[in-house]
Amino acid sequence: MIQIRVNGKAATFDGDPEMPLLWFLRDELQLTGTKYGCGVGMCGACTVHVNGEAARACLTPMKDAAGKTVTTIEGLAVNGDHPLQKAWKAANVPQCGYCQSGQIMQAAAMLKKVPKPTDKEIDTTMQGNICRCGTYQRIRQAIKQAAGVKA
Amino acid sequence: MIEHFMIEHLNISRRSFLGQIFSAGALVLAAPLTIAPAFGQAAKTWQPSIYLGIEPNGDVKIVAHRSEMGTGARTCLPMIVADELEADWSRVTIVQALGDPKYGSQNTDGSCSVRDFYDAMRGAGAGARTMLEQAAAAKWGVPQEECQGKNHFVVHSKSNRKLSYGELVPLTSAATAPTQNAVRFKTPSEFRYIGKEIPLTDLSDLLTGKGTFGIDARMPGMVYAAIARPPVMDSGIKSVDDSAAKQVKGVQQVLTLELAKPPCEFKAMGGVAVLADNTWAALQGRKNLKVEWTPSEHSNYESAAYKKELLETAQKPGRVAREIGDVDAEFAKSGKILEASYYTPMLAHAPMEPPAAVAEFKDGKVVTWANTQNPQEVQDTVAKALGIPKENVVCHVTLLGGGFGRKSKPDYVAEAALLSKQSGKPVKIVWSREDDMQFDYFHSPAGLYMKAAVDEKGHPTAWLQRTVFPPIGMQNNPNEEYGGFQLGMGWTDIPYRLSNLRVENGPAKAHVRIGWLRSVANIYHAFGVQSFTDELAAGAGRDRVEYLLQLIGEPRVVDFGKEGMKQPGRSNPKFPFDTARLRNVIDLVAEKSGWANKKSGAGHGFAIAAHRSFLSYIATVVEVEVTSSGEVRIPQVHIAVDAGRVINPDRVRAQFEGAAVFGTSIALMSETTAAAGRIQQTNFNTYQVARINQAPMVTNVHLVNSDAPPAGVGEPGVPPIPPAICNAIFAATGKRIRELPIKKQLG
Repeated sequence: MIQIRVNGKAATFDGDPEMPLLWFLRDELQLTGTKYGCGVGMCGACTVHVNGEAARACLTPMKDAAGKTVTTIEGLAVNGDHPLQKAWKAANVPQCGYCQSGQIMQAAAMLKKVPKPTDKEIDTTMQGNICRCGTYQRIRQAIKQAAGVKA
Repeated sequence: MIEHFMIEHLNISRRSFLGQIFSAGALVLAAPLTIAPAFGQAAKTWQPSIYLGIEPNGDVKIVAHRSEMGTGARTCLPMIVADELEADWSRVTIVQALGDPKYGSQNTDGSCSVRDFYDAMRGAGAGARTMLEQAAAAKWGVPQEECQGKNHFVVHSKSNRKLSYGELVPLTSAATAPTQNAVRFKTPSEFRYIGKEIPLTDLSDLLTGKGTFGIDARMPGMVYAAIARPPVMDSGIKSVDDSAAKQVKGVQQVLTLELAKPPCEFKAMGGVAVLADNTWAALQGRKNLKVEWTPSEHSNYESAAYKKELLETAQKPGRVAREIGDVDAEFAKSGKILEASYYTPMLAHAPMEPPAAVAEFKDGKVVTWANTQNPQEVQDTVAKALGIPKENVVCHVTLLGGGFGRKSKPDYVAEAALLSKQSGKPVKIVWSREDDMQFDYFHSPAGLYMKAAVDEKGHPTAWLQRTVFPPIGMQNNPNEEYGGFQLGMGWTDIPYRLSNLRVENGPAKAHVRIGWLRSVANIYHAFGVQSFTDELAAGAGRDRVEYLLQLIGEPRVVDFGKEGMKQPGRSNPKFPFDTARLRNVIDLVAEKSGWANKKSGAGHGFAIAAHRSFLSYIATVVEVEVTSSGEVRIPQVHIAVDAGRVINPDRVRAQFEGAAVFGTSIALMSETTAAAGRIQQTNFNTYQVARINQAPMVTNVHLVNSDAPPAGVGEPGVPPIPPAICNAIFAATGKRIRELPIKKQLG
């Protein structure tokens, strides 16, 4: 029996320990804000925080998540008012919105380590997150606004 | 002016599907709609299409009948209704429509949601406001003209009285809907929402993980499916060994789905399906299937050889689609001749959310939730697959995580419905990324040949262009080899003023399913025409902007019938091809980008491309930097857009910012290839798309302030991007790119 904490709540799992965290979150806990995009860690749509670090839920088997603390987009801020969510809203970032959970979770983990990122640091950290609608310009703008660095 | 105005006051109790949305006392109107006029045809057929209701408590519900895939249609069409209604936007709830022909076309593609429904939405809003104004006038005993709907109230300013919309709803219960003469439409200066930057109605949900996409839909008791599909088009099943698959924990059942026979249409492809307790078990089960496939006539499809074939076919005379003068006679003279061949590859749509649906077959009926661009096509396809009437298919439309044309083709919904019928359970199907990239309806690869004779100033005296690509028509006729409607996409409608012009199309047979991708044939046609234009200008040593304007010639409304088009169709008076507007966006982008002062060279270049598609006029200036190792960076893009009246400028700018990224993917890195009939790319490691560090750093969108009818915005931004990038690379390095993607060509 695998035990983990998701968004502050205890959860258990006794299925295939190789099953990625992504499908546990989506199919078992019905936390569908975390999206499937590629299943191989190439797109970032499934980005969550595991013990505070950005992780690809599609590449994190349940056995590796055991005993850890997981935060998803649903648990990032109680009222959806994380500074990044506010900045995303101010910049009208989303088009279809599908990748944005992963984008925000990736950016949130970055800002904890690099509170004032440069363009280059944003590029380096965010290049793992694909947006097919092409909202990158506004993602960059929103990150800078949330971080209080000059656009 | 709204033609053929007609609305109908509906009695809720007799309309059960409306009863699910509105309460019994609500004022609900069916508004008129022009059936999307085919290009060149006047609108004739009218039918109720959209529904707007005002609840007795004053809440306004507007039914969004088009799909939301990122273009903002679910917000912007209701904005138009709410504007004419004079509704308080904070009191508006948007309800997503089921698939139903009574809404008119729900096929959310072709960049036509606003274009085709602007008038209908205005009619719905203005008609309802008029009824409320009439009700207030009757209650107060004053002339209707003195009563005005204003921000959720009807106001009589003379007597300083007002009644809320909610208070007025019961007074409309016996009223008949107004005729057009009785309805006052707003003037543009009175617009409350049209032209304003209203945020997406789903914005908060999208930032908190609450939006429901197709992949998120659930039904009680559902099982999860993964299907092994024929890896080569039309191949058959030779043998299946499912013993290992059945050993996977969580796998419930392995079923065979009958293989589709050509034509492919939107049929489920068929194959071997694993049903399981969850997605992971279904995927693991499929991994453990051993399926042997028989070869088909497409087993020899090789992209390298096919590319050669397309380019060779483009060297030979094809079917003539447009002709002015006599190009051959001009080529035979002893002038200077320039010629070039271009190639653009096969592409996958790769929306971030793959195709997904959940369906339940029960008692001869299907209920489905799907990320579809076209719920009525879902009804048709599912009904045909299951042999039931279309009316017995209920299609709920979720949010779409991107569409780009892929999700107009509901083969995946038919899969879920067929598996539900076979298993007796609700079935959810989510295509894996590998499924999505290998079993797409691919964007055609294309080979193009261009030839011009030029005078001493470098101006073309004769222009020949040939296009060769496997056509979308293969969906209905596997032997179709000619382009059909795709020729009208940036090819036969080349707007240059030429004395001698011939436009041709050569044959190509499809070996995979072909389908429309955002901007469709405009992608390769704009690449050919705008690259070749730059080559001619370079050959003449001329300024690109000035040269382009000269080619377009003096402002005119192009009469393609008179200018040699073989099948011009009837002209569309609402959207003529007006070269003054094309010239205007070229001037605008030159001005905004500071073109006159830009100097290219030493790895740093600027270039322009201009193209009209989906009835919008676009000119694009791209700045590139090419590093010593051949990497291309795009510091800045300027796009000038004349899309007629703009409903929501922020969302329109977003579409063009996104188009710059989409076009960058096409130019720099995206390519689908086949070997032995099988698609070689399986995921984002091999099928590459632009990431934040590869996308244009800044895209500036300049909207022309226009009163012309709204035109398309979702697609027309894409076509000028690849040629503008390649022209800028030429300006920076002197290296001419004639084949996409660029990948390592500069390294």
